[in-house]
Amino acid sequence: MRESLWGWGRTSPSVADVVTPDSETTVLDALQSAVTVVPRGLGRSYGDAAQVAGGLVLRNDAFRDISPIGDDGVVTVGAGVSIDDIIRRGLPDGWFVPVTPGTRQVTVGGAIAADVHGKNHHVDGSFASHVRSLRLLTPTGPLHCSPHENEDVFWATMGGMGLTGFVVNATIQLIPVVSDRVIVDTVRHANIDDVMADMLANDHRYRYSVSWVDCMSKGRSMGRGIITRGDHDPSPSPEKTPPRRARLSVPFSAPNGILNSLSIRAFNEGWFRKAPRHRIGEYQTLGTFFHPLDGVQDWNRLYGSRGFVQYQFAVPDAAGDTVRAAIELLSSSGVPSFLAVLKRFGDGNPGSLSFPIPGWTLALDLPVGPSALPGVLDQLDQLVAAAGGRIYLAKDSRLDPDLFREMYPRVDDFLAVKRRVDPHNVMVSDLSRRIGLIN
Amino acid sequence: MENAFGQPQSVVVLGGTSDIADALVGELVAARARTVILAGRNPETLAAAAERAATAGATTTATVVFDAADPSNAEATVRACFDAAQTPVDLVVVAVGYLGDQLADEVDPLAAAHVATVNYTWPVAALAALTPRMLQQGTGRILVITSVAGIRVRRGSYLYGSAKAGLDRHCEGMADALLGTGVTVQILRPGFVHTKMTEGMKAAPFAVDAQRVARDTVAGLASSSRVIYSPSIMKWLFGLLRHLPAGLWRALNESR
Ligand SMILES: Cc1cc2nc3c(=O)[nH]c(=O)nc-3n(C[C@H](O)[C@H](O)[C@H](O)COP(=O)(O)OP(=O)(O)OC[C@H]3O[C@@H](n4cnc5c(N)ncnc54)[C@H](O)[C@@H]3O)c2cc1C
Repeated sequence: MRESLWGWGRTSPSVADVVTPDSETTVLDALQSAVTVVPRGLGRSYGDAAQVAGGLVLRNDAFRDISPIGDDGVVTVGAGVSIDDIIRRGLPDGWFVPVTPGTRQVTVGGAIAADVHGKNHHVDGSFASHVRSLRLLTPTGPLHCSPHENEDVFWATMGGMGLTGFVVNATIQLIPVVSDRVIVDTVRHANIDDVMADMLANDHRYRYSVSWVDCMSKGRSMGRGIITRGDHDPSPSPEKTPPRRARLSVPFSAPNGILNSLSIRAFNEGWFRKAPRHRIGEYQTLGTFFHPLDGVQDWNRLYGSRGFVQYQFAVPDAAGDTVRAAIELLSSSGVPSFLAVLKRFGDGNPGSLSFPIPGWTLALDLPVGPSALPGVLDQLDQLVAAAGGRIYLAKDSRLDPDLFREMYPRVDDFLAVKRRVDPHNVMVSDLSRRIGLIN
Repeated sequence: MENAFGQPQSVVVLGGTSDIADALVGELVAARARTVILAGRNPETLAAAAERAATAGATTTATVVFDAADPSNAEATVRACFDAAQTPVDLVVVAVGYLGDQLADEVDPLAAAHVATVNYTWPVAALAALTPRMLQQGTGRILVITSVAGIRVRRGSYLYGSAKAGLDRHCEGMADALLGTGVTVQILRPGFVHTKMTEGMKAAPFAVDAQRVARDTVAGLASSSRVIYSPSIMKWLFGLLRHLPAGLWRALNESR
């Protein structure tokens, strides 16, 4: 079926044949007969990672099996199983996912392909750190991969954006929890310097930490922010109830321009004022703490038909100044941006295209529209690249090919594996073409 | 592949020696365009334009020579451009245009037909040749340059204006036809632009230069609006002018 696909940012749609293979044989057939092919999960990457114009898109929906969870918390899940599915299955028995992105609506296939990170990266690393092994269907055949077996393919696949093969299932390590609550400390700071200083000093004391930073405020309150940190409640709760499903939804695309400088500035202001100056030991549900955006279905439609981009970069610890410079550039350019998310990253992993590097990461949502925006982001790219940093491919929809190479110095390791498992470059995406990774 | 801001990496221009196209290519290469294929009538001017694109940063450039007087070459021209690009084409700009000499041409059957052919028939043939190729790609944009002269046709340029009007309406229908295919049609309606084509003519109000049109177009590609006006005030101006009583419209144009 020809279908028009785009990412969560609703920019750059392209049309491809879309199928949902339900067996390994159909996937392998597709990989061997198609001209260009890419897997797709729940389409939560922001840009064009899970689409290939004029090619074949393999949805991972049919691979939905979840094995019984072992006493040690090890479980084997199909690539189409979502983080939400795993929480629903595991939580009543005291198991939680080791890493969750800001939404539960991502598949295991997508989590592996992007090597996703959560609020605990500084302690627990990214998704890859918790994958024991996986089954991969490549154009040259099936492979069992783990950190000990076909390890180069394993590490090319972690963060490999679906370009090394189709993940069928993965065996992952869950973490034990005794309650469905998180204990949260919140603190509000007047500017970015205070936010960063506090994070440097205190993040290590918490398993989960994230800051919301206002990139539109100027002067002395530039980059004012709210840090929320916490951990699972160690005292058992009577029941362990999985997070509620979305109760609100945005039924159709809003008119363009509703989210503009004025409305976003007002929102940021309200958010900042609402937060307590300092609050310790607040109980929050898992859903409120980890996935606040999941409360509203299809919220991306609020950005109107032009859509929006998410800009997320990481820079090494030594380049803390770059975070500041980036916020300064954004705030002075006046392009509207919602509260940005600032996090600390711990160690990276051997994944040749995996995003995290130890240091800082900043992510922000920007509506497409202001004519200054493309240029501002290009300038930010320069700052980031110069600092030895990089852009997160799962969020990207506009990076320049030359800078991509500079930001991912291990791209040749990736390509060496790619040549072996996919010698004819069958696995291609709009993203891989756009950044000049695979054409 | 184009990016979230509608910035293409590969561009084909039919009518590649037009001043507007030239300025637009400049803007696009400054952003992400690396493959630039220019098709037009004059090999020397084409080569010079391709050279400018290369100097500005395009890594693959090529030129294709054709004459829009003959729609039978449209298919071959489009094919040659796509072959030269060697990658999916993100943006095709249809910039072919010919003003002619209204007073002389309006009483000369062949000359009148020539204005219609270059401004309407050849572009329509080229669009027909483009469509299946773009559909197969599953992605891409077609930007067709028409004119506000096609919104309300003037006595002083009705041969040109009517042909542009025809092309403009053609593209509106085509844009509807291609909805949901991954291929987008956008119409650029410039007002009076100072170019080779309008040299020696008395400028109309709100006249702009080709650079300005190029910048407005880049913004229009980002917003994906079906019709791009340059300058943007043309939208409101011609929204009014098209409803002006005929006598008043005549008087207005005679006074210029
Ligand atoms: C609100 C929101 C918050 C987010 N927060 C975070 C966050 O905090 N941290 C973070 O890291 N990310 C975050 N993300 C990004 C998201 O986690 C990733 O983009 C993830 O990859 C999306 O998974 P998906 O199932 O939707 O995959 P898709 O977007 O459909 O695909 C993403 C990639 O996975 C590949 N893929 C999918 N299935 C398979 C398979 N079976 N085999 C091989 N490759 C496959 C695709 O080819 C593509 O390259 C967020 C996204 C949203 C919308």
